[in-house]
Amino acid sequence: MPEQLEILQYFWKALVVGLLVTLCASLLGVTLVLRRFSMIGDGLSHIGFGALAVAAAFGWAPLPVAIPAVIAAAFLLLRGGGEKLRGDAAVALLSAGCLALGVLVLTLSGGSNVDLMSYMFGSLLYAKSADVLLCLALSVVVLTGFGLFYHRIFSVTFDEPFARATGVRTSAYQLLTAILTAVTIVLGMRMMGTLLISSLVIFPALIAMRVCKSFFGVTLTAAASAVACYLIGFALTCFSPRGLPTGATIVTVNLCAFGLFACIGWARSRRKAHCDPPHSGAVEGGFKT
Amino acid sequence: MPENAAVLTCRSLCLGYENREVLHGLSFRLRGGECLCVVGENGSGKSTLLRALLGLKKPTHGDVIYGGGLTRKSIGYLPQQSAAQKDFPAKAAEVVRSGFLNAMGARPWYSKAEKQRAAAVMAQLGVADLALRCFRELSGGQQRRVLLARALCAAGGLLLLDEPEAGLDPIAAQELSRLIGELHKEQGIAVIHVTHEIHEALREADLVLHLAAQPGEYFLGTPEEYRNSPLSERFLMK
Repeated sequence: MPEQLEILQYFWKALVVGLLVTLCASLLGVTLVLRRFSMIGDGLSHIGFGALAVAAAFGWAPLPVAIPAVIAAAFLLLRGGGEKLRGDAAVALLSAGCLALGVLVLTLSGGSNVDLMSYMFGSLLYAKSADVLLCLALSVVVLTGFGLFYHRIFSVTFDEPFARATGVRTSAYQLLTAILTAVTIVLGMRMMGTLLISSLVIFPALIAMRVCKSFFGVTLTAAASAVACYLIGFALTCFSPRGLPTGATIVTVNLCAFGLFACIGWARSRRKAHCDPPHSGAVEGGFKT
Repeated sequence: MPENAAVLTCRSLCLGYENREVLHGLSFRLRGGECLCVVGENGSGKSTLLRALLGLKKPTHGDVIYGGGLTRKSIGYLPQQSAAQKDFPAKAAEVVRSGFLNAMGARPWYSKAEKQRAAAVMAQLGVADLALRCFRELSGGQQRRVLLARALCAAGGLLLLDEPEAGLDPIAAQELSRLIGELHKEQGIAVIHVTHEIHEALREADLVLHLAAQPGEYFLGTPEEYRNSPLSERFLMK
C-alpha cells in the first residue's frame, strides 16, 4: 500500500519537525519575552515570508534564501537597531514592509490565492526530509546551549549591564540568540504559517510565567507546556473529521492553556493573600517602598 | 590583599560621547578598604566614570589601572535598576548566585562552595530568609539588598555602586549606607559609591570626588576638606 505509506511518512515528518521547532521556540522564547523582545518573532516571520516569496518567484531553493535574510534581520533587531530607529517601531516597519513585498512578489509571479493562504496559515505538508535534519541539528544546538550556558543566559536576561560588567560576553549571546531564533522561525513558519509562528515563541513563556516563580521553573514549564500543547493540537488536526488547520489549532490550544494557568496563578495568589498575614519583621520594618 | 596597596588608579582620564566631553583629566588612586564617594550634578559623568572603571567604556585619553591583585573578574557592581527586573521570575538566591559567573570560567554550574558563600552573604545582609522568595515580590529595599548581595559575590576587592539608594525611603536608604560602611571597614573591600544622598555618604567615605558640570573641573579630597571647599557649598546647602 504505497499511498498509505506516503501519508504515514508525511505524518512522521510533520510530527518531528513541529515538535522540535516547538521545543526550541519555547526555550528561546523565555529569554526573548523576558528581555521585552516578544514582537521579534512576529517581525522575523514576516521577513521570512518576504524572503520565501522572492525565492519562490525566482525558482530558488527556499531555505538558503530565507535563513540568511532572517538571521541578518534578527541580528539588526536584537542589537536594538540604530539609535534613531529603535525597538518596536523598527520591528513594525520591517515586518509590514516585508509582508507587503512578499504578497506583491507572490501575486506578480503568478502564485494563486491557495499558495498565499498556505504561506499565511501554514500546512502540514511542508515538512521535507531536509527540514527534519535541520530541525534535529537546531534542537541539539539549542538544548546543549541551554544546558551549558543556563546560568549565563539567566544573567544576561536578568541584568545585561551587570553581566557585561562582570565579564560575560553578552554580545556573543545576543548573536547566538538571534541566529537560533531566526532559524527556528524559518523552519517552523511553513508549517505554522507566517501569521501564527510567533505564538510558539511567546505563548509558552507567558503560560509558564503565570505560575512559576523561578527562572528554572519558567524554563522547564515553558518547554513542557509547549510540547504538550503541540501534541494536543497535532492530534486534534490529524483526527478531526473536518480537517482543522494545524497552526490555528495549536495556537488555540495554547490560548486555552494560558487561560487555565492564569486562573491557577490567580487562585494561588488569592489563597496566599488569605493565609499569609502581610510580611513584616524587625529588619524589614523600615524597608518597604 | 594588602590594605594600603592601590587597587585602582586613574591617570588623567578623559571620557566622552561622540563630540561631547564629559570628563577631562581625572586622576585619583584608591587603596584597598577605602571608600570613595562620587557626587555631582546630573550629567556630570558619574555613571560614565563607573562604566569606564568597569571597562564598559573606552577612555578617549588616559588609563584605568587595576592593582593589588584586582582584575576585571573581581569587581562587584550594583547597577541602577532596570525596568525588566520588576516582573522577572527569579528566586532571590538565583539572582545572588549569578554574581559568581565572572569567576567561573568555562564551568557550567555553581560549585557547592559558591552556593554556601552566596547563602552566607545573604545572611550577612539580612536577606537569608528571602532566598526562596520570588525577586519581583520583594519590596524595593529588599530587592536592592539582594542585588547588593549579588554584587558582593562578584566583588573580590572592589565594589562599584551606582545610586543604590535611588527609590528607597529615607530609613531604608540609611540602613543601606550603614551596610556599605560596614563592608569597606570590616571586610577591607574598596568601595566606589555614586550617590545623591550626600550627607549619609560623607559619614562613611574616606575620599570624596565631586564632579562639576564643567568637564575639567572636579574636587578630590577627604570629607573634611570637602566640607570646607567652595564646590560643596551649593551641594551641602550650607
